Amino acid sequence: MEVLFYFFSLILIFSALKVITSRNPVLSALFLVLSFFSAGGIWLLLKAEFLAIALVLVYVGAVMVLFLFVVMMLDINIDRLKEGFWDYMPVASIVAVIMLIEMILVLNHSYFKDMTPKDSVGISNTEALGQVLYTDYVFPFEIASIILLVAIVAAILLTLRGMKTHKGINPADQIKVQRNQRIKMVKMKSQDPIRRKKR
Amino acid sequence: MITLTHFLILAALLFLIGVVGIFLNRKNIITLLMAIELMLLAVNINFIAFSHYLGDLAGQVFVFFILTVAAAESAIGLAIIIVVFRNNQSINVDDLNRLKG
Repeated sequence: MEVLFYFFSLILIFSALKVITSRNPVLSALFLVLSFFSAGGIWLLLKAEFLAIALVLVYVGAVMVLFLFVVMMLDINIDRLKEGFWDYMPVASIVAVIMLIEMILVLNHSYFKDMTPKDSVGISNTEALGQVLYTDYVFPFEIASIILLVAIVAAILLTLRGMKTHKGINPADQIKVQRNQRIKMVKMKSQDPIRRKKR
Repeated sequence: MITLTHFLILAALLFLIGVVGIFLNRKNIITLLMAIELMLLAVNINFIAFSHYLGDLAGQVFVFFILTVAAAESAIGLAIIIVVFRNNQSINVDDLNRLKG
């Protein structure tokens, strides 16, 4: 287990570093795939099989492919984006080192070291998770479905260009309207007052 | 023997890489989103490690919901990036000054 842990951890840290430092966004997306995959391996070591498979299927299979689509679809000028890339490195490294020292001070406590893993009760991880998810957490589970629905609607609405059958009103056009586009002044002679003559 | 501390320090390192990534890639929105994904992954590793060592499934349920919200977040974020690119022909953060805030 130690060998596997260090193997996956090294790949995870290396690919995470490549994600933030590589020049090409396509390369960083591919290294993000690698880091998610090795994180899935670490979750398998922690006996969270369902979430490890879900991470690989949902994240590597769907979200990262979406990232790759977007990165490849946009025509990005990489050189401009990388201007002054290392300018903030001193500040970033100071913040990172301080955070690392603080975290190690907290995490190196014997409370965490003395913990031993509790064995689960005979049933598989997926079954146990399903039993909890559909009873105790059924309300958050339904809220999660609403969040996904909102995400679908928002993503489609944001990227939708005007359709031909679209009957909505463009507010910008409404605001830009001038008076003479709506009102037409017509010069004409007044009509003969016929009725008055008859009197 | 791998203790809980090993997993927690791994997650802490991953989180720090995400923080440094936000500092370094402050011009490229796509890499900023990827750094946020790295930080979420670090938090998820923490949750699962504690769930395993405390024998409580609540941590894994939380990871389930974090994955859901993170997927929704990146989908909307990428949609916003596409709209920004359509309007500006660039995704440089420096070009996003139209509101003059």
